[in-house]
Amino acid sequence: MTTVAVLVETRSGEVTQPTFEALTLARSLGTPVAVWLGEAPEAPEVARLGLYGAAEVRVVAVGDEARLPAVAAAALGAATSDAEVMLMVSTFVNKEIATRLALATGAGVVVDAAGAELVDGRVETMQTVFAATWNVRTRIEADRAIVGIRPNTTQAIAGEAPGAATLVEVAADLRQARETVVVVEPVSAPEGVPLAEAPVVVSGGRGTGGDYTLVRELADVLGGAVGASRDATDEGWISHEHMVGQTGTTVTPALYVACGISGAVHHRGGMQASGTIVAVNIDPDAPIFEIADFGVVGDLGDVLPQAIARIRERRAG
Amino acid sequence: MRILVTVKFVPDLQSQRSFTEGAVTRTGDDGTMNELDENAVEAALQLKEAAGEGEVYALTVGGDDAVAAVRKALQLGVDHAIHVSDAAIAGSDVFGTAKVIAAAVRKVHDEAPLDLVVTGMAALDGLTSMLPTALAVELDWSQLTLASGLTVEDGAATIVRHLPDAHETVSAPLPAVVSVTDEANKPPYPNFKLIMAARSKPVTTWALADLGIDPAAVGAGAARTVVVDASPRPPRENRVTVTDTGDAGTQLADFLLEKGLA
Repeated sequence: MTTVAVLVETRSGEVTQPTFEALTLARSLGTPVAVWLGEAPEAPEVARLGLYGAAEVRVVAVGDEARLPAVAAAALGAATSDAEVMLMVSTFVNKEIATRLALATGAGVVVDAAGAELVDGRVETMQTVFAATWNVRTRIEADRAIVGIRPNTTQAIAGEAPGAATLVEVAADLRQARETVVVVEPVSAPEGVPLAEAPVVVSGGRGTGGDYTLVRELADVLGGAVGASRDATDEGWISHEHMVGQTGTTVTPALYVACGISGAVHHRGGMQASGTIVAVNIDPDAPIFEIADFGVVGDLGDVLPQAIARIRERRAG
Repeated sequence: MRILVTVKFVPDLQSQRSFTEGAVTRTGDDGTMNELDENAVEAALQLKEAAGEGEVYALTVGGDDAVAAVRKALQLGVDHAIHVSDAAIAGSDVFGTAKVIAAAVRKVHDEAPLDLVVTGMAALDGLTSMLPTALAVELDWSQLTLASGLTVEDGAATIVRHLPDAHETVSAPLPAVVSVTDEANKPPYPNFKLIMAARSKPVTTWALADLGIDPAAVGAGAARTVVVDASPRPPRENRVTVTDTGDAGTQLADFLLEKGLA
């Protein structure tokens, strides 16, 4: 049976949803083992990893130096020498870790994958490219495969016969990296689900004029996260962490609502693979309408309050 | 300050992008220098200016058409342009490409030491962002990636790196491979004088033999991944656009409620 290692992501000490998605995918490829970089996890987190199919939780005790891709890759390598397949969440940092691990092990790498399966003993992955206008299937020909999985592309499902995961401590010989992390200034996470993991994203662009009240209210009603276009973050209306686009966060929620966003290709590249796309824009020629399942040509100040009121009314009724 | 900037020839974002036999279609008609590489060129030019002296090289790897990428870099103000082109490179994965670029960097470095290689944060065709890391490993140089700020002082480079959970400041000795984000600077508009001056600047062309690379170590044959299928996604069906005449908000809400999305 293929050993499939999954790199655990945590936020405030808790395992993130995309990690459970990766574990779910790992079960379809072989026997999952979770790899935890940092101080040993608390028992409830180990139990949750077991629930999603991790037979083992391998812990490599590393500190802040693991923020450096060189250190993280060495630690991960030490814990996964027996793994034919390595899954991780496709983030900017993990892409760097994957690259280093691949150069150390000869593995083939695909990042930003929307799924993976074993075909004739090799891993094949599915991705969307060119602003999600093309589907691509890639075969990893190397004996070892590393796959970066996009959040929200696999549904996390607990294992049918979950067992207790065994905690295994792994010693790693971590050489001094060239780089030094001088300062780490934590970013206070916005409340609620992070953008990349949210099932619903409501984004505001230039058309908001900088006022996010209605966008936030709609996001609240729909249980979603707030996103923004590059225009809006450049104006300083909302912080960079909210930017949806090719150089910001790529999202694939079940529902994406674009408010006052024209839909430049940079933005579309970060959201075009979403399930249902809704657009509200005053400009009937805005390119966002070309990809919207439901488009409204109208003023945000009229359309959004009415939509919010209607949803509340129907729910109350 | 001696800096080499890597630039990539990619299909224009506004063009109809496609795949041909498992590789991104790249032709001179609708190809251009990767937009995010403009930030890398600008970062290098700013460092040279701050240092008061230096040389900036632009380097690209690709077929005949790819020379357009380094020509564009010349128009932006770099001093030298290098185009590595060899039929055996076609089909390389990121590791093969990194091998070729590393060899070319070493060739420049051996003539006179470089301080930095600067790259963009991603190429807007593949968007994998893996090359800067692979290049740092191949060269065995410091890796300072995703810089939204960059300073060089006393033989070390320091970057500010904005990650979702934290803003890091990371420092490392030179030489280093630095990738810069689109937050790092604002590339200026084209300058007519520079464009005219670029016309007379030569482009150095190297083949694999000039770099001492075994053709079997790169290209499609050495790639660890292969695209087995590529197809355009079908357009979304049953799309609706309404113009607000007073009840579009209600229609929007009903659409979401009917689909079980609200």
